[in-house]
Amino acid sequence: MKFLRNTLDKVKHDFEKGGKYNRYFYVFEALDSFMFSPNTTNPTKGVQVRDAVDLKRMMMTVVFAMVPCLLFGIYNVGHQHFLAIGQVATLNEKVLIGLIQVMPVVLVAYTAGGLVEVVFAIFRKHPINEGFLVTGMLIPLVMPPGIPLWQVALATIFAVLIAKEAFGGTGMNVLNVALTARAFLYFAYPVDIAGEVWTYLPEGAKTVAGYSGATPLSVASNAITTGESAVSSFNAFGAGWADNIYSFSNMFFGFIPGCIGETSTLMCLIGGLILVATGVGSWKIIVSVFAGAYGMGLFMNLIGGNSFVAMPAHYHLVIGGLAFGAVFMATDPVTAAQTETGKWFYGLLIGILTVLIRVFNPAYPEGIMLAILLMNVFAPLIDYFVVNANKKRRLQRATV
Amino acid sequence: MGKFIRLKKGFDINLAGKAVPSLASIDQPETFVIKPTDFFGLYMPKVVVKEGDTVQAGSPLFHDKKNESIVFTAPVSGEVVEINRGEKRKLLEVKILADKKVEYAQFPKYSVSEIANLSREKAQEQILRSGAWTNLVQRPFGIVADPSETPKSIFVSGFDSHPLAPDYNVLFKGQDQYFQIGLDILKKLTSGPVHLNLHSEREISTVFSQAKGVEVNKFSGPHPSGCVGVQIHHIDPISKSDVIWTINPFGVIQIGKLFLNGIYDASKVIAVAGSEVAKPQYYKTYTGASVKKILQDNLKQEHVRVISGNVLTGTKIGKEGHVGFFDQLVCVIPEGDYFEFLGWLTPSAKKLSFSRAWGLFSFLNYKKEYVLDSNFRGEPRAFVQTGVFEQVTPIDILPTHLLKAIIAEDYDDMEALGIYEVIEEDLALCEFVDVSKHQVQEILREGIELMQNS
Repeated sequence: MKFLRNTLDKVKHDFEKGGKYNRYFYVFEALDSFMFSPNTTNPTKGVQVRDAVDLKRMMMTVVFAMVPCLLFGIYNVGHQHFLAIGQVATLNEKVLIGLIQVMPVVLVAYTAGGLVEVVFAIFRKHPINEGFLVTGMLIPLVMPPGIPLWQVALATIFAVLIAKEAFGGTGMNVLNVALTARAFLYFAYPVDIAGEVWTYLPEGAKTVAGYSGATPLSVASNAITTGESAVSSFNAFGAGWADNIYSFSNMFFGFIPGCIGETSTLMCLIGGLILVATGVGSWKIIVSVFAGAYGMGLFMNLIGGNSFVAMPAHYHLVIGGLAFGAVFMATDPVTAAQTETGKWFYGLLIGILTVLIRVFNPAYPEGIMLAILLMNVFAPLIDYFVVNANKKRRLQRATV
Repeated sequence: MGKFIRLKKGFDINLAGKAVPSLASIDQPETFVIKPTDFFGLYMPKVVVKEGDTVQAGSPLFHDKKNESIVFTAPVSGEVVEINRGEKRKLLEVKILADKKVEYAQFPKYSVSEIANLSREKAQEQILRSGAWTNLVQRPFGIVADPSETPKSIFVSGFDSHPLAPDYNVLFKGQDQYFQIGLDILKKLTSGPVHLNLHSEREISTVFSQAKGVEVNKFSGPHPSGCVGVQIHHIDPISKSDVIWTINPFGVIQIGKLFLNGIYDASKVIAVAGSEVAKPQYYKTYTGASVKKILQDNLKQEHVRVISGNVLTGTKIGKEGHVGFFDQLVCVIPEGDYFEFLGWLTPSAKKLSFSRAWGLFSFLNYKKEYVLDSNFRGEPRAFVQTGVFEQVTPIDILPTHLLKAIIAEDYDDMEALGIYEVIEEDLALCEFVDVSKHQVQEILREGIELMQNS
């Protein structure tokens, strides 16, 4: 380590003011502070000691919380693949297929986004934001397996550029960066991110008889037209090639087609548990998203209507990306509501909107993405009211 | 009757090297220093002594140019040896080489019964002239109290909840009578009550338990429960155009001595603590003492940071520096100017954190004593709202929003979000826990100065 430190110290002055590589100072600084926590000390006045936590460590905690989802996703991509082509495969074979499909996506997302960060750091002269540690992992997890890699790169670049850097970087952005990437793909290349893309099938692959790549969301959405109840549609789905694939427990555990990392409610909950236990994610938001979705589901059951409306409320919690969105996307500390009271409203509204979009919008049944993006936009408004309430309390006190 | 306020939010930083309750005898330090930079709200200090002048304890060194009645006096008798100025001739400090035996300037003496009948004007005049006035801090803004104001109440915090805080039972032992007289004098200065705030779970010294004629309030909970700003918020909150004065018990006692003994007595007990102090204990000296003699042969190692005050709000002073006017504690911690390989990733049981993020285990055992150094622990970043500010701020204030309003220089918002209610120490914990490593206290002071000058 000493050698590495000495080397860094030796070249440091080239990057500092007046050095020949001064342009690349922030790139050097990012690398330097990545390898070694800096030796700066607290100034003369003010706190003399600091909490050991920093943004890098916080972001890494989130990355670790996503690992269960990633690992399960890798397995599940293979699992779904072999289900669809009707072959029995060992765990290793499934994981291998999953790795081949997933790792390039992760790599591309990190590289493309990292590149944008570096370019911006050089031209805008600001430090490289570690927020990208999380974004780079989130983006792959909300992509369908088998997505063309150039699309991943394009979406990542778009999202980091437009959703984050244009606003000034981590801490300044209005929209969740990973969701922006997903939304970008959805609107720019709908063919590649909707329909039967949720199971990895190489070109020309033969599927088993009766195979359908429909996700639970589209099954429920189709039930509206057939008039059958959502639950019986679920139970009937996959008969012959994957019996009971959409049973409640199977959907909870996540052995279903979908985005790479978001199929398993269980893994999302484990991730959520890590976030809450470490205090990095707001439990208020996670709980209120689930509560909002469940409450809205119950309310929908009460009024009744089409089959999706009548679907038992607890199904809403395990289908689609609700759990993943609630745990990893809604809790983004930058784009969520910033006041503690505001977080309740923010989460509740995300849950409610998700269910609303799902049951009333058959064209686009996955509501969580749009619900979170919409609430990202409204979060400052929620905060505005909470902050105003605080101001009012102070004013009232003065007149009493 | 006083109130009982239960505070839950906050954080006790448990550091190694607490002072043991014994009073060490030492040779008195040679030099003493009064720094105008310890005080806020001065227009411009005007020095009234020259280098080479001899002064008595209680004779004036400088006064505020705008308000000449606010006088800063010598803590000990001796010779003025240095008047240090910084950029633009800003006065930084006045240094006195102390006599072996302190000679006091004489002020009128009063008996207990005379004090009861003393008028506000007379009392105020004497406090101002002696220099003891500078113990009074005015809220909002935490500035030297303006003698032309009449505060709606006066607050005395009877405990210190900061890390390594000195035990008030040791600091003020045997000062019961002076404290009481000080309180009696203070009561003349306010139109409302004098509040004495104590911690419900700590041992209360007789100095405080026998105090009469004041509202005694009890607080429970972690730091910053001892910060007087937090106490004011819960008992008699400050709104626009309100004025409250605060004073620490040392100041109360000093005022008591001024009237009973007729002298400006700056002798005080200070605690010397911290992980790098060989024998952390208490020392009797005077305001503004040099720490040189106290720390000689008393350090475990040489690469240290010496802090006047506590580790949250203190000032780095160096091994030959002088203790600040309000400080009753000198901390010595390791200097943290080292690189740490993958320091942001590696798990460690030695690091203290309010957070429970990856690799930080201190939340499992906050009772353990930690050795913290002065390392910055990361790099400055934009605000990321993690909710920790709110968890360490036991007052109804939104710290992030207030700080952003200050940075944006939005006067209306600063006022509406409660800038009148806080000074640096009240939000110091936010600076400690901040993942984005802002200089919260510095930002806050900038905001306060904006408001003051608006």
